[in-house]
Amino acid sequence: MSTKLVEPQTSNGTAHSKTAAGQDLYKHPDYFLVEELLTDEHRLIRESVQAWVKKEVSPIIEDYAQRAAFPHQLLKGLGEIGAFGPTIPVEYGGSGLDYISYGIIMQELERGDSGIRSTASVQSSLVMYPIYTFGTEEQRKKYLPKLATGEMMGCFGLTEPDHGSNPGGMVTTIKDKGDHYLLNGAKMWISNSPFADIAVVWAKDEEGIIRGLIVERGMEGFTTPEIHGKWSLRASATGELVFDNVKVPKENLLPKSKGLKSPLMCLSSARFGIAWGAIGAASDCYDSALRYSLQREQFGKPIAAFQLTQKKLAEMITEITKAQLLAWRLGVLKNEGRATPAQISMGKRNNVDMALKIAREARQIHGGMGISGEYSIMRHSMNLESVVTYEGTHDIHLLITGMDVTGINAFM
Amino acid sequence: MNILVCICKTPDTTAKITFSDNNTKFDTTNVQWIMNPTDEWYALVRGIELKNQLGGKVTVVNVGQSDSDQIIRKALAIGADNAVRIDAEPVDSYFVASQIAAYAKAQNFDVIFTGKESIDYNSFAVGGMLAEMLDIPYISLATKLEMEGNTATIDREIEGGIEKVQVDTPFVASGQKGLAEQLIPNMRGIMMARRKPLNVVPAVDVETLSSITEYELPPARSSVKLVDADNPAELVRLLHEEAKVI
Ligand SMILES: Cc1cc2nc3c(=O)[nH]c(=O)nc-3n(C[C@H](O)[C@H](O)[C@H](O)COP(=O)(O)OP(=O)(O)OC[C@H]3O[C@@H](n4cnc5c(N)ncnc54)[C@H](O)[C@@H]3O)c2cc1C
Repeated sequence: MSTKLVEPQTSNGTAHSKTAAGQDLYKHPDYFLVEELLTDEHRLIRESVQAWVKKEVSPIIEDYAQRAAFPHQLLKGLGEIGAFGPTIPVEYGGSGLDYISYGIIMQELERGDSGIRSTASVQSSLVMYPIYTFGTEEQRKKYLPKLATGEMMGCFGLTEPDHGSNPGGMVTTIKDKGDHYLLNGAKMWISNSPFADIAVVWAKDEEGIIRGLIVERGMEGFTTPEIHGKWSLRASATGELVFDNVKVPKENLLPKSKGLKSPLMCLSSARFGIAWGAIGAASDCYDSALRYSLQREQFGKPIAAFQLTQKKLAEMITEITKAQLLAWRLGVLKNEGRATPAQISMGKRNNVDMALKIAREARQIHGGMGISGEYSIMRHSMNLESVVTYEGTHDIHLLITGMDVTGINAFM
Repeated sequence: MNILVCICKTPDTTAKITFSDNNTKFDTTNVQWIMNPTDEWYALVRGIELKNQLGGKVTVVNVGQSDSDQIIRKALAIGADNAVRIDAEPVDSYFVASQIAAYAKAQNFDVIFTGKESIDYNSFAVGGMLAEMLDIPYISLATKLEMEGNTATIDREIEGGIEKVQVDTPFVASGQKGLAEQLIPNMRGIMMARRKPLNVVPAVDVETLSSITEYELPPARSSVKLVDADNPAELVRLLHEEAKVI
């Protein structure tokens, strides 16, 4: 005789809340009613991007990540929803929104997958932002509208094989040849490089000053080999940029870019988005863990009834709430033009670290299911290993805060 | 085409429903509001599609107070051109229909859309009353609507099948699943909605015909018993002895 009692919503006898029903049941956690600090417009942005992610990203992303393939078909939709260059003025194809809006978009995209968020971060903060900030009017008009729709995709080449945390040591160079620049060198770990139409590349001129240039696919001597075998950001394409005597027209130089400060300004913009994005990944892990723990029964009760599970859940929602408040405040400061690079650095470091820890705890709560592609947890957890490294490693950000509060440079 | 879409707010489908004042009032504390789904997904989107196809203008109208503004902005972000909020607490269907009729009378709308029902009070009534008050035809439960000149061909769902109806403008139609597909507002639309007009107009005097005397929650769903597929005898026993249905 076998009858057992279960709640109606789990009548299939399992707790596979997310994928078994083919449905993304995510609900945004807001323990401190942080949304009341936002405008109606911000809430509508969150709802809309969340709805888009549920419709377009959640149903396919696990499969693409498992196959280490980039879902190219999402680019058009990302452009349509407005995920590329949301803060860029409307006349250049952007949406003219504030920075909190940008943060919310990144949060909701990363709730789906850090790789998709990375693509939007790179396009917005590392390609459109420098063209808008350091470019000529012609460059803005030529590139920004197409980048906003996703018809043209870009990448950002700063890191080199031998210069990661220390980009100032870069060895990629440009030489003034009168009617063009001659570009030589190589960039490594470049998101979107395998399919990008243009690359914003940072190289040293004859005086050793770092300058930014727009390199277009098809220029002779320019190749973008893909990096394979990643265990992280598998649904994002990463590659190299190789420049072998590439003749770059002079009009492709970003004239207002000068020195390491220019790429660092781009990174600050992207890091701001990551500080929000990481909350998305963490919230997805928490939301899934909460639902799973209420449905999964062991020893005759839901695992959520055990104190050790509750400790994990309680700590998760606490950390998410703190991260939300930090991101919100950072957003207000950024909107007022007062957010310092060091504050943004702290936001990125704290929130990514928080998300990584939550992903690991959430994975434990899901037990064996936690390592499977039935749930998003393991994917988030692996993705966040990249997020904690790129845009400045965790430790580099500690050194930034350290230098900011002590006044002493401990980098070298 | 001059199109009017009637929209209302409803509690989010995941909201916890509780009552106050001895079960006579719906407690709205901490309730998140959304646009009534059949208004948004079907009525509004079909209205916008018709406008995009034939030209004209989509106005959304809401009878409500300022807490409705967020759903009105959403309608503007999705693509409505302008909005009117009739400033009053929507008491019942007759009240709402009377308010909209008073506003719409002077406006010469060709098509007026409502959703099939509002998912909170499920009255299914505003569209029909509104048509009657404006003395124009009412086509309910539209699953498809195509315009040819001034004539609309509408599929409507009837028990076990579909009825095809032709009607000339002006008319009122209530939309349901099939009429259109959800449109997610994009960032550009959300930003542009800021600049679209939302006019707040005073309500007219309308007699209240009904009032709610008490709310009652549906009984809690009982647990489900799973019976092994290879044990039909047990199923029969349970149906007989416990459920007492056979
Ligand atoms: C998936 C992915 C995508 C990326 N996308 C891009 C991109 O689009 N564009 C781009 O330009 N780059 C990109 N990067 C590169 C990324 O920014 C670098 O990996 C990162 O800056 C770290 O550099 P590194 O890998 O060379 O590590 P290293 O700099 O060699 O660091 C190794 C370790 O040493 C530590 N370390 C280094 N210096 C110090 C110090 N002074 N004090 C204490 N500890 C130190 C670091 O914290 C780290 O733990 C990407 C990376 C990944 C993994």
